[in-house]
Amino acid sequence: MAVKGEKKKKTVKTIKIDVDKCNGCRACEMICSAFHAAPKYSSNNPARSRIRVIREPLRDVYVPVYAGEYTQAECAGRDKYTIDGKEYDECAFCRASCPSRDEFKEPDSGLPIKCDMCEGEEEPLCVKWCLVDALSYEAREEEVEETVEQEVLETGLESLANKYGMQKIMDTVARMSQKD
Amino acid sequence: MRYAETGFNLEVDLTRGNIERVATDPRDTELYLGGLGTNAKIIWDRVPPEIEPFSPDNLLIFGTGLLCGTPATGCNRTIVSTISPQTRLMAFSMMGGFFAPELKYAGYDKVILRGKSTELVYLWIKNDKVEIRDASHLKGKGAVETAELIRKELNEPKAQVASIGMAGENRVYFASIEQGRSSASRGGMGAVMGDKGLKAIVVRGTKDVNIARPPEFLELCKEVLEYIKIRNDNPVPGVMPILAGLGSPQEMKVHDEKWHTENFMWGNSRTRRKDFWNEEIAAEWMKTMDSMRKRLISCYNCPMTCGATIQPPGLPTYMMKCFSKLTYTMAAYSDLEFGLGIAQSATEYGVDGFSAPQVMAFALELYEAGILTDKDFPGMPSDNNGRFYWLLDKIVRREGIGDVLANGTYWAAQEIGNGAEAYAHNNIKKHEQLPLKLSMLNPIYFLMYCTGEKINITQIEGQFPQAPFPTREEREEFVKDWFQVPDEKFKQIFLDWELRGEKSLPLYPTVQMCCDIVDWQEMMHYIDDALGMCAGLSSFPLKPPYHIHNYPKFISSGAGIDMDEAKLTQAAKRYRTLVRANNIRRGMRRKDEKPPENHWKKRFPELEKELLDTYYKFKGWNDQGIPTKESLHELGLDYVSKDFLERGILTDSEDVPSKGAATEKEKK
Repeated sequence: MAVKGEKKKKTVKTIKIDVDKCNGCRACEMICSAFHAAPKYSSNNPARSRIRVIREPLRDVYVPVYAGEYTQAECAGRDKYTIDGKEYDECAFCRASCPSRDEFKEPDSGLPIKCDMCEGEEEPLCVKWCLVDALSYEAREEEVEETVEQEVLETGLESLANKYGMQKIMDTVARMSQKD
Repeated sequence: MRYAETGFNLEVDLTRGNIERVATDPRDTELYLGGLGTNAKIIWDRVPPEIEPFSPDNLLIFGTGLLCGTPATGCNRTIVSTISPQTRLMAFSMMGGFFAPELKYAGYDKVILRGKSTELVYLWIKNDKVEIRDASHLKGKGAVETAELIRKELNEPKAQVASIGMAGENRVYFASIEQGRSSASRGGMGAVMGDKGLKAIVVRGTKDVNIARPPEFLELCKEVLEYIKIRNDNPVPGVMPILAGLGSPQEMKVHDEKWHTENFMWGNSRTRRKDFWNEEIAAEWMKTMDSMRKRLISCYNCPMTCGATIQPPGLPTYMMKCFSKLTYTMAAYSDLEFGLGIAQSATEYGVDGFSAPQVMAFALELYEAGILTDKDFPGMPSDNNGRFYWLLDKIVRREGIGDVLANGTYWAAQEIGNGAEAYAHNNIKKHEQLPLKLSMLNPIYFLMYCTGEKINITQIEGQFPQAPFPTREEREEFVKDWFQVPDEKFKQIFLDWELRGEKSLPLYPTVQMCCDIVDWQEMMHYIDDALGMCAGLSSFPLKPPYHIHNYPKFISSGAGIDMDEAKLTQAAKRYRTLVRANNIRRGMRRKDEKPPENHWKKRFPELEKELLDTYYKFKGWNDQGIPTKESLHELGLDYVSKDFLERGILTDSEDVPSKGAATEKEKK
């Protein structure tokens, strides 16, 4: 029997990016690198920033992108978007720190960097320094039912039971629990 | 550790292909700050007056401001300095964009170029790796095109490029250096770059810029951001829209051009068209702008969006700012569509948006007057727009009459002769000025036109309102939150300033008050030019976020140099005097310090004499405009007076100018 999941509250943080409003000034890169310097604000260097403005003025391309997860391997293929007739570079919207490009790596060590939403600040500083409102911050509460994992487990068990028979599964579970 | 600055300059000898990274003296930073200040010192030390603009020994300096690359909003200017081929004086031209911070992040405060390369080359700076590379394949390419090609061939999309077009390569005296959405246009910087065989400087930097006292510095930066928001929401009432807000005049946003088109002069700074603007034109120009303007854009770390990407139909996209929007249009008596179109060519060729249109209008006036004839214009189209394109092309290629015109209106008139001099009527110190002709003398502007050594009115005016407000109530309202004044007396001067009557122009503000006002306005520009701050957030607009009261704190906490208002005022005065000293050594004297003859209809020779006499004294200069031995001593510039004495520019009996100085001949 599936257990009815408990309703839990979770904060979802979103930075909304309006590429049409971006003026390409890179204040976001500057303040990000300053905030993450040690000690705080003691230096700045956009090459250490966890946000990058992919910027090609003559083609009117302005895309602020946040550093996401590190990935060891390149994607098998690369995406290329055309939006409203404007072609964006390969991987233009991708947040990964990945071997295929220089973005989101510490310039000295090559170690990956990742946006942490400026932990401890009321809002990410890139948003605060973006006076043209290309970046805006939104935190919302979401109610989530914590049933997801159980459902996945159930689906898995069901297929195992189909394959091996329910009794065998129960025996195995009993044996495993005795070992512990 | 050095803070805000890197402490290193890059010395490049283009003759020998030698590149050195040289540590700078931190004491020079204390005395001259950075940017223009230290540029002026280097020119003084290394470019004596015997060195001609196109000599290999002339230097071309790309100097970042002291605070460039720090979080200070809008601090992104590169100050380019050299000896100008046009004025034959020390010239400095500033560009915003992204170059200065990138150079700082690469680890350098300045790039100092000397010598000449026989082949066309470009300089590629990537952090510690610096190389001179072949640019022969870029010969004749446009400045914007060149930047794109270099980024591609180096596979460095984030590199910043300062490049010249054909005008610079051919040493046109008003050639610009183009960079991002900005340019160093005035004074012929591009010509000197071309003379050195340097097509571009390309830079990419990924190092840190350090701050001395981080929390304090950041607090100041936040205050500035907050104040920018306040000012954006509260334009100054009682002044025209382009003077009400912050930033460079917002020409890319403003559609209503009634004021410019009806108050500035058309053609060769000749005709005022008082009833030009109407609904039909307004609608047409708005349509043009809206169809060609792709986006409003900014320089590094600045929210002001003073520039725009412009895409004229069928032509490549380019970036524009400020008043070049109208200079071609008005010089050619044409429309905005023409202006935005020809500016695309002009940007690629790399010419100054003030001088170039004026030179072309001047040529056409000479043609109409019969001083130049059909022989001089073989194959020139008959329509005005076509003529401008034709002339621009001839000038940047230095072909036929273009070769003469490429030297600017002053030198072209000398060469053409036959009465042409009268048509080169809008110059100061041989340099083309804003196309403005007004009725009655304004004593404040008189002093600024005479003594401004950037030789450009927008680079000295700004802090004090251009005209009195009609009512006492409006004036009281204005001074209420005017905390930027260095002294409360400026509020009183403004409160008492009337449109008519006893306390009105030209006798009020009094001569002494005019000296104070001009000195304050000029000082703020000089501070900006040393710190690398854009004038649009500081010296140019009324009530700016940066001013004499917070600047010392920025310098103290950012660069770690103890600074207060008195010390900063003194430093600005020091390198301002050094700029003058460079020019005095090159023969500049009182006779050169005058506005165009016809700038005002109503002149007051006695008052003008008194103004200049008093201002010279106030500045510590003698009646030839030469800094006196005592004033030089006070500023710690004894090495200047020693040089002046040796050259006979000053004599031991101090205030008497030497005979040589008064009859100094202009070298051609």
